[in-house]
Amino acid sequence: MDEKTTTVYEEMQQQFSARVETYGSELVIYLDPEQYIEGIKTLKEDHGFNRLSDLTAVDYWPNETPRFHLCVHLHSLTTMERVSIRVPLNGNAPKIESIEQLYTNANWYEREVWDLFGIHFEGHSDLRRIVMPADWQGHPLRKDYPLGYEEVQFTFNFDQIDLKKSYAKE
Amino acid sequence: MGVEQKAGNLGVVTTTLEQVINWSRTNSMWPMLFGLACCAIEMMAAQASNFDMSRFGMELNRPSPRQSDLMIVAGRVSRKMAPVLRQLYDQMPDPKWVIAMGDCASCGGIFNNYAIVQGVDEIVPVDIYVAGCPPRPEALMHCVMSLHEKVKNEKLKTWS
Repeated sequence: MDEKTTTVYEEMQQQFSARVETYGSELVIYLDPEQYIEGIKTLKEDHGFNRLSDLTAVDYWPNETPRFHLCVHLHSLTTMERVSIRVPLNGNAPKIESIEQLYTNANWYEREVWDLFGIHFEGHSDLRRIVMPADWQGHPLRKDYPLGYEEVQFTFNFDQIDLKKSYAKE
Repeated sequence: MGVEQKAGNLGVVTTTLEQVINWSRTNSMWPMLFGLACCAIEMMAAQASNFDMSRFGMELNRPSPRQSDLMIVAGRVSRKMAPVLRQLYDQMPDPKWVIAMGDCASCGGIFNNYAIVQGVDEIVPVDIYVAGCPPRPEALMHCVMSLHEKVKNEKLKTWS
């Protein structure tokens, strides 16, 4: 870790009493949902991380608390530093504030996380599905969403499945 | 004694209406560009100079559905793309045919999941399926030849 990252490390640890992990030159900061907006704002304004590189989530089902980790990756264009923030979230329909006011490109990333994981972002200007069709039920990338879609049609069950399939007629 | 013998070298042939119409339909079937994914590369390769598909009359690939009569669905169709596919199929004027090229268009391919339509025949009626991932250009041409055979055997009663 070089000088700039060390400063970020120490300040975040102090200010938010956050757990900070390092691995080589990577820095990961764990924040609570209540400290999330504050933390991101501090990183953006005081430490100069002016670009949101990625915003995604991980599902740790069947572990219910925390069930999701929201992962935010920030990048500073002036000093080329990168930092990651992880926010553990509980439960089936977690809510968290949106960082769209701070980083405008969070718009699509948060829509994607809402669509595929079901994490609701408060304060988002237009939260709707972006990858799945608009009337889709369910959040596909959760671990309790079924993996396959259709039973595979082999020779022995060909006719059975053929009857159930809906073919288009003109 | 047919008319040909009497007319000599006038260049007159006798045939049936069915045969003429079917022949003209097969020999200038214009495909609509519907390359979605990797199979599109093989479709382009089949159209290019090495495996020329223009030899079979598919000279022009029209992006507009109104000016084409064959839709080669080349590639995987996602659930979001499905209504678009149906709308473009509906905009094609009769007579029209559909080739499902590749495994993903025929049966969903290796993608048995929430995002990909498991076979394009759930959305549009398909005439010929081509297997392969992706099918070689020669396989696509074999498919086109089979479609020509199918069209040549069409009867007057079943014309739309």
